[in-house]
Amino acid sequence: MTDTHDTEADVVLGEEDAPVADEVQGPEEERRQLHDVWVSGTEERFPFSKATDEGAQEFLPRDEDPALLIQEGIVVDDDYVEAPAVVEEERQIINMGPQHPSTHGVLRLQLELEGETIRRVKPIIGYLHTGMEKTAETLNYAQGSTNVTRMDYLAPFHNELAYSLAVEQLLGIDVPPRADAIRVLMTELNRVSSHLLWAATMGMDIGALSMMIYGWREREVCLDFFEKTTGLRMNHNYIRPGGVAADLPDGWEADIANLISLVNEGVDEYEELLNENPIFLDRTMGVGVILPEECKQYGVTGPIARASGLDWDLRKQTPYCGIDQYEFTVPTGLHGDVHDRYEVRIEEIRQSLGIVLQVVDSMPLGDYRTPDPKVTPPPRKRIDESMEALIHHFKLFTEGIMVPPGTAYQSVEGPRGEVGCYLVSKGGARPWRMHWRAPSFAAVQALPAMMTDSLVADVVAALASTDPVLGDVDR
Amino acid sequence: MAGVSSQPGFLMTTMEKGANWARTNSMWPASFGLACCAIEMMGTGAAHNDLARFGMEVFRASPRQADLMIVAGRVSQKMAPVLRQVYDQMAEPKWVLSMGACASSGGMFNNYALVQGVDEVVPVDMYVPGCPPGPQSLMHGILSLQEKIMDGEIRRSTGVL
Amino acid sequence: MTDIERDLDDAAPDAETTDRRLPDHPTIAALLEPIGAATFEVKKNASSDAIYHTMAVPVSEWVGFASSAKDAGFDLFIDLAAVDHYTHAPRFEVALNLVSMTENLRIIVTTRVPYDDPTVPSVTGVFAGANFYEREAYDLFGIDFPGHPDLTRILMPDDWEGYPLRKDYDIGAVPVEFKAGSADL
Repeated sequence: MTDTHDTEADVVLGEEDAPVADEVQGPEEERRQLHDVWVSGTEERFPFSKATDEGAQEFLPRDEDPALLIQEGIVVDDDYVEAPAVVEEERQIINMGPQHPSTHGVLRLQLELEGETIRRVKPIIGYLHTGMEKTAETLNYAQGSTNVTRMDYLAPFHNELAYSLAVEQLLGIDVPPRADAIRVLMTELNRVSSHLLWAATMGMDIGALSMMIYGWREREVCLDFFEKTTGLRMNHNYIRPGGVAADLPDGWEADIANLISLVNEGVDEYEELLNENPIFLDRTMGVGVILPEECKQYGVTGPIARASGLDWDLRKQTPYCGIDQYEFTVPTGLHGDVHDRYEVRIEEIRQSLGIVLQVVDSMPLGDYRTPDPKVTPPPRKRIDESMEALIHHFKLFTEGIMVPPGTAYQSVEGPRGEVGCYLVSKGGARPWRMHWRAPSFAAVQALPAMMTDSLVADVVAALASTDPVLGDVDR
Repeated sequence: MAGVSSQPGFLMTTMEKGANWARTNSMWPASFGLACCAIEMMGTGAAHNDLARFGMEVFRASPRQADLMIVAGRVSQKMAPVLRQVYDQMAEPKWVLSMGACASSGGMFNNYALVQGVDEVVPVDMYVPGCPPGPQSLMHGILSLQEKIMDGEIRRSTGVL
Repeated sequence: MTDIERDLDDAAPDAETTDRRLPDHPTIAALLEPIGAATFEVKKNASSDAIYHTMAVPVSEWVGFASSAKDAGFDLFIDLAAVDHYTHAPRFEVALNLVSMTENLRIIVTTRVPYDDPTVPSVTGVFAGANFYEREAYDLFGIDFPGHPDLTRILMPDDWEGYPLRKDYDIGAVPVEFKAGSADL
C-alpha cells in the first residue's frame, strides 16, 4: 500500500525510465534518513528509526490523492473557495502532533497551508490504539467495565453505563430504581467534571491560561466525591451490569449540596472571565463552523451538533435510567461555531447540576443492584445459610455472568455525544464481539469540515472546542 | 562535571552536589501525556496538588528545553518511535519517569497493540504504579527521583538501554 | 455440514423472533417492502421504553438500502461496525446504524459476506461519515470496501501485517513471568 513519491525522478527521466529505489535516493528514503535518531553520546543509530511506515496514511500530492475532497472538507457542503492563480510551491505541509501541547492527546494533524490559510486537513489517528475491543473478548461481563471505562477517560461513567445497559439488554433484566437514580447522579456529575476539564483546556488553548487552574479547582471537588463513592478518582469500574458496585456513602447529600454551590460559583467566575472578553470573543465567534447537514453526514452528535442547531439529545429522545422524571432543558446554539459550543457546554453544566439536585431530593430507597442471583452475587452472610447462595456465588466468580446469545446496541448521551456499545454474544461468559461507538471518532473525522479555509490559530480553537478524547477515537 | 571518580576530592563532590541540587530543584518536565494518566498529571500540576512548589510547573512543549520526560499513559506500537524520537531530542542530563501501569508494564492491556512497558523503548529512572496514580503517588515518585539524583545514585545517562 | 447449512438459512444469529412479514412501523415497512427478503427484529432498550429495529439485507442491496433509508429520513449516520463470526458462515458481518431524527427511530442494518470474498460496497457516497469507519473495518478485519476513496490502515501502523480483530489473530499477550515462577511458559 505504499506509494513511491519519486515524482522528481519521473519528470527528469520519464516514467518508463524511473530508477529503482537503491539507485536514486527518492524523497521517501531521504525523509526516512532524516528521521533516524542518534543514541545520545554515541555514533549509533537506534533501530527504531524505520519502525513504522505511514506512507499511505500521510498526505499525498494533490493530484494523486484520492481522498482530496474529504480532506478539503467539501464532500458534504461544497463551499470551498480557491484563491485565484494559486502557485503550487507556495503551499507547504505542516505536521501538528502527535506530541503537541494543544492537540488534546495524541492526535496528528497534517495541514496544508497557503500562507496562513489552511487548505487541507488530514487527521491521522491510531497513536493510542490499545486493542480494547479485542481485550473485551477475553474479559467476562463483570470485568468488562474495567476495560470500557478507560476508553473515554474523561467520562468513565458514561462508558460503563453504555456497556452495562447493553449487557442488561441481552440479559433482559431491569435494575432497581435506586440503582437507576445513582447511575443518573454519577453520570450527570461526570458530565459536569468532563465539561469543567474541557473549559480548563480550551481556556488554556485560547490563551486564558488561568482557566486551567480554575477548571481543575472545581473538578477536584467532583473527583473527591467520586473517590468517596467509588474508591477511585478516575476509571471507576462502578456501574456494572446489574446495578452499581456499592451504595452511596453516608453524608452524600451534604457533599453534593456543597459541590453544587461550589461548582456554580466557579462557573459564574468563568463566565465573568470569558463572556465579554474581546480576545475570547474574537477567537471564538465565527470560527470552526460546522453545518447541521455536515453533522448528520459525519455522525457528529452531542454539544457540537446541538451548537449547530440540531436538537438531539438521547436523554430526551430515548430516555434511559428514568432520566425523564427530572426536569431539565437541552441547550442548543445557532451558528455552529466555537462560541456556541462554549455556551452550550456551560449551560449543560448548570443543567446537569439541576438534575443532580433533583436526584438528591428524590433518591428512592432500596437495593443498589438487582436481586437476580444469576447476575448479582448474594450477600456474604447468606452463603453460610443457603446452598443455592453458595452455588450462585461460586458460579458467578468462577464462570461469570452467563449471557444468552444475541446482539444488542445501546447508547447513552455522553459529554461528547452518543456513546454506544454494540455487543454480540454467542452465549457464554465473554462477549463474542464488542464494538464501541465512540463520539470523538466522528468528531475527528469532521475536523476538515471545520478547519479548512480558516487560519492556523483557528485550528487550535476549533480542535479545543471539539473536545476529542483520543482514548475514545483510537480505543 | 560528570563521571565517576574513584577518589572524589572535596571540590568536585561539593560542585557535583551543587549541580545535582540545581538540577533537581528546577526539573522541567516535557509534556508527554498520552491517556488517562495525563489527566492526573495535569491535576498534579494544578492548584490543588501543586507541582510548582517543586520547581516543575513549567511543562515544556519542546523536548529540547526539558529535563524530565513523564511518560503518562499507554504507548501503542505506532507511538513508540515517536516516544524514542522525543527522548533523543532531549538534552543531557535527562530522566524518564514511567507513570502508571500501562507505561511501566503494559498495564491491563497485555495485547498486540501496546508496548509492554516503555523500558523497551527508553531507559526509565522511576516507575510510578497506579491506574491512574493519583497526584500524591505521582508526587511521591517525582520526589523520590529528585532524592535519587541528589544522592548521586543516578549519574549521567547515556541513553543506551 | 448441517451447521453451515443452518446458518446460511438465517442470517441473524438469534432466529427465534425473525419475521418474514413486514414490521408495524410504516416508515420501516416501506423501506423493507421493495427488498422482500429482509429479516427484521424489534428490540427494546434496557432501563428504557425505546425500541429499535434490526434488519439483515443481502450485500447486493447494501448501498441501495442505505440510500433509500437516507431518503426516508434516516439521515443521521451513527456507526458502521464489523463482526467476525469465524466458523459461522458467512464469516463477516457489517452493521450500519442509522437514526431518523424527525421520527425518533433507529435502525441497524446488517449484511454478511463470506470469508473468501469479504467485499461490501462502500456507503461513503451516501454517508460521508462512513469513511473512517470503513477504514477501521478494513484495518481490523480485512473487509474490502470498493468505492471507498482512501482505503488505508487507520489505527495500526501502515506496514502492519494481519488483521488484529479477526478471530484467528492471537491477542498477542506477552507471557507474564513471576519471580517465584518458572521460566518456561
